[in-house]
Amino acid sequence: MALAKLLASWPVVRQLQQGDPLGLGPAVQSRRSRSLVPRVDEAEHVVQSICPYCAVGCGQLVYVKDGEITHVEGDPASPISRGRLCPKGQATKSYAQSPLREYKVKYRRPYGNAWEELELDAAMEMIADRIVETRAATWQAKTEEGKPANRTMAIGNLGGATLDNEENYLIKKLLTALGIVQVENQARI
Amino acid sequence: MPSLGTSFGRGGATDFQQDLQNSDCIVIMGSNMAENHPVGFQWVMEARERGAKVIHVDPRFTRTSAMATKWVGIRAGSDIAFLGGIVNYILQNDLHFEEYVKHYTNAPVIIEDTYVDTEELDGLFAGWDPEEGKYDSSQWRYEGMETHGAAGQREEGFSPKGEQSGHGGHGGGLHHGEPPSEDPDLRHPRCVFQILKRHYQRYTPELVADTCGCSVEDFLYVAEALAQNSGRERTSAFCYAVGWTQHTVGVQYIRTAAIVQQLLGNIGRPGGGIVALRGHASIQGSTDIPTLFNILPGYLPMPHAEYYGGFDNFMAANTSPTGWWGHFKAYWVSLMKAYFGEHATEDNSWLFPRLPRIDEDNSAYWTLGQMLEGKVKGYVVAGENPVVGNANGKAHRLGLSKLDWLVVRDVVEIETASFWYDSPEIESGELKTGEIGTEVFFLPAATHTEKDGSFTNTQRLLQWHWQATEPKLDCRSELWFYFHLGRMIKQRLQDSEEERDALVKALRWEYPTHSQIQEPSAEAVLAEISGWEIGSGTFLDGYPKLRDDGSTACGCWIYSGVYKDGINQAARKRPHWEQTYVAPEWAWAWPDNRRILYNRASADPDGNPWSERKKFVWWNGEKWTGLDTPDFEETKPPDYVPPDGAEAEDAIAGDHPFVMQADGRSWLYVPQGLEDGPLPTHYEPHESPFGNTLYSQRANPRRQQNQLAEDPSNPVDGEPGAELYPYVVTTYRLTEHHTAGGMTRSVPYLAELQPAMFCEVSPELAAEAGLEHGGWATIYSARSAIEARVLVTDRIPPITVHGRTTHQVGLPYHWGSRLLSSGDSANDLMHMTLDPNVHIQEVKAATCGIRPGRRPRGKALPEFVAGIREQAHARRETAPKAEPADVRETTA
Repeated sequence: MALAKLLASWPVVRQLQQGDPLGLGPAVQSRRSRSLVPRVDEAEHVVQSICPYCAVGCGQLVYVKDGEITHVEGDPASPISRGRLCPKGQATKSYAQSPLREYKVKYRRPYGNAWEELELDAAMEMIADRIVETRAATWQAKTEEGKPANRTMAIGNLGGATLDNEENYLIKKLLTALGIVQVENQARI
Repeated sequence: MPSLGTSFGRGGATDFQQDLQNSDCIVIMGSNMAENHPVGFQWVMEARERGAKVIHVDPRFTRTSAMATKWVGIRAGSDIAFLGGIVNYILQNDLHFEEYVKHYTNAPVIIEDTYVDTEELDGLFAGWDPEEGKYDSSQWRYEGMETHGAAGQREEGFSPKGEQSGHGGHGGGLHHGEPPSEDPDLRHPRCVFQILKRHYQRYTPELVADTCGCSVEDFLYVAEALAQNSGRERTSAFCYAVGWTQHTVGVQYIRTAAIVQQLLGNIGRPGGGIVALRGHASIQGSTDIPTLFNILPGYLPMPHAEYYGGFDNFMAANTSPTGWWGHFKAYWVSLMKAYFGEHATEDNSWLFPRLPRIDEDNSAYWTLGQMLEGKVKGYVVAGENPVVGNANGKAHRLGLSKLDWLVVRDVVEIETASFWYDSPEIESGELKTGEIGTEVFFLPAATHTEKDGSFTNTQRLLQWHWQATEPKLDCRSELWFYFHLGRMIKQRLQDSEEERDALVKALRWEYPTHSQIQEPSAEAVLAEISGWEIGSGTFLDGYPKLRDDGSTACGCWIYSGVYKDGINQAARKRPHWEQTYVAPEWAWAWPDNRRILYNRASADPDGNPWSERKKFVWWNGEKWTGLDTPDFEETKPPDYVPPDGAEAEDAIAGDHPFVMQADGRSWLYVPQGLEDGPLPTHYEPHESPFGNTLYSQRANPRRQQNQLAEDPSNPVDGEPGAELYPYVVTTYRLTEHHTAGGMTRSVPYLAELQPAMFCEVSPELAAEAGLEHGGWATIYSARSAIEARVLVTDRIPPITVHGRTTHQVGLPYHWGSRLLSSGDSANDLMHMTLDPNVHIQEVKAATCGIRPGRRPRGKALPEFVAGIREQAHARRETAPKAEPADVRETTA
């Protein structure tokens, strides 16, 4: 009996007994691997998303547990990607959880030698002040030829191609009302 | 995309990626699709499995070439010669799709006799003003077209161009959608068809081979494959990316492909079209709802300062009498109602007098020039890394050092945020931290998984992504940042009596918020973009419902309907296995959920499919029907002839599929709307080791040059000193990295997969320059010098042009001085001479020198660069005076 038990503990015997010569089935499971379940099974919810890199627009499934992303994979339902993702898209979890990710505002004062800490609210107030002050100081009501200009040429805004449509919409709407015309992004053609 | 806009009417890919499976021949050019759009490339592979020819034309042999049925290597910067050769091949051999060309394109239109071709003016079109360095495009007009508009409009002086021009082209003088004079037999010497024939007659297979550095046989293979796989029974498609756009003639590259596809009848048909492969998740979206200086949502023009006139003049200048741009006022007024609500009224001209005015160019590179002069005080950068991603990174870093304040929003601390203490100029001593007065705010951003919103992908498809997790600590979405910033600014100005603040006070800025951080509702913003009827609050189901009397509000007319019935149509996720291959219930495409644009052209003039094999949209006797939303009024019969006095879409005939154009036709010849000519012409890149065999006009005369000391050019062919920068250099992307690297050099797996900056060189160049595989090389231009690991490979072979052999150097452009994988930036080498239509940089073809070993460090670096530059300059000074290559008198 002991010998039979010993033999049965040898995976290759189980492989042969269970018709699994390539060792891809339960025959090769250990006690530990038997207890393992896929990350996706433990997710509390799954969110349908879209890859943030190039413009192919692959579907992504984002698995979440305890408020953290546990896995990102291709969405098989997408007619464009049919479940596939490229190396960048597959690395989306690592992108969202990059060790270099910044979580706090950093501030560098004029001529300063180092970053300083700053509260988000304070930073927002300071940025709003800078825009209001710069705009007032550089306002151009008319062009040099006396034609209406209604603008400031001292403030610019850059970026948009990685952002959502709704974000681009608010940027253009706000800055147009402020007379900031130097609004640009990566999409020049 | 003014190239696609002027040719067809809308600035977007004409087809969708999945439809590539129906192609009989796919030409990929200006793109390495397999590596840069790998998942989209599966549809090219599906086509190949079905027997399609897949042709890759590119300076490098890449994985796209490996998967193609044929690769043709050409010199970077020579694509118009190649494509122009195909046009000539089609015309000389009568291989065009005659019925399509006669009915659907402007081939029969007769052009005014003021038009003179580059063939007669040695590389210039009629209307060139050497003083201004610009064209007067009124000399390119359709015959019989009235001078532009009435007297008031002339005072307005507005000449529609760029993005908006293609959207109708403003057919002043076009009656009932028909051009004033045409020759249906295409024989009149001044009809577009004959002009085209003459313009390209010298683009023979031999000239193509000599200019592009390919063989005559390879060129003929491509031309024949396209011709054989087009017509009633077959269709061919083009795929391109920034390999075509980032040139001083980038728009005209795409225009040449548009001409090929029109002649072969491949637009608006399944398996046909031009697929623009965009590089960012929502780069199409950020053009449609632009963060661009010259347009407002839906390609409505920003008013110009120089051409200021009243509201009525602005309307008259922009409203096309025919085609869908006939409703310009409805689109405009609805946008103003979305922006300013009850404050915008007919009595105050919908606040038009208060809107800011733009100049001819206020694009990003122009702003940089202003920054270097100290005229820009504040700059906000959100989700872009210009010191790595833009041409001439050094100029950008120097520019940032002259600001009063800078806000950078990103997920990691990118090089743009750290220029003041960690950059090549700090290393070289050209910038000193303690002397930089710029105040810098770095605000951490939220990822797409931490916010709701929609991206518009490369095929005009708006796809919603749902929030998965909350952003941590200070991380916030751009929606949050700009909404709360706007709220705080409005608060500060609420009691202001200043005139300049009136528009801010009038701004509609109420959006519901949720969660602890008060995130604005992205769906509420999407609803505003889609629009509603103001009285009833009913959501609009599409732009035909927009009114010009202030009774509708709509934030982007081409996106109208994306919130139809109060439902987020972009969030539709019906699996593909439950639908046809067109998948109309997955997300939402602009306009009106159409997947193939101009699909009326998939039927013949009588409304029947061209063939059973290429059936897509057709007339069933009562209405248009088929696999897609017809891009035509549903019940307008194919034999509809516009009555006298018909306006807007009513003026488009039943057999004219290009409904955004004033004449309902696609434009082989663009009479108005492009800065550098009605037809594409081969010019050499701004920097090129070769001259132009076709004309003594070497490069695009209209290219946008700057006078910045920070942006010197290399001497070019024929100039003394050119031999110091003898090689062609081109930049590209890798599968494992994304653009300027902020989203990938920060990811451990990806940084490990592509750990270092490298350059690709041929074994021949390695031998010539003494480079060793795996060793270091220093690559230099008049701007800077960078170092890279050497990859010696047959994938980038030498080329022989005009009997002279030279080499090409390939550089991935993802690296910068920081993050998990760091290295020198390829773009530091590049110049800022631009395409005149879209102000894009020419980073796909320039010149450089290369030497073995690492680059000099510290202050030795700028000295090294200046040393070679001065040597070139000295040679120029001492050389016998030659006529400069570009500056010459014209007979025009």
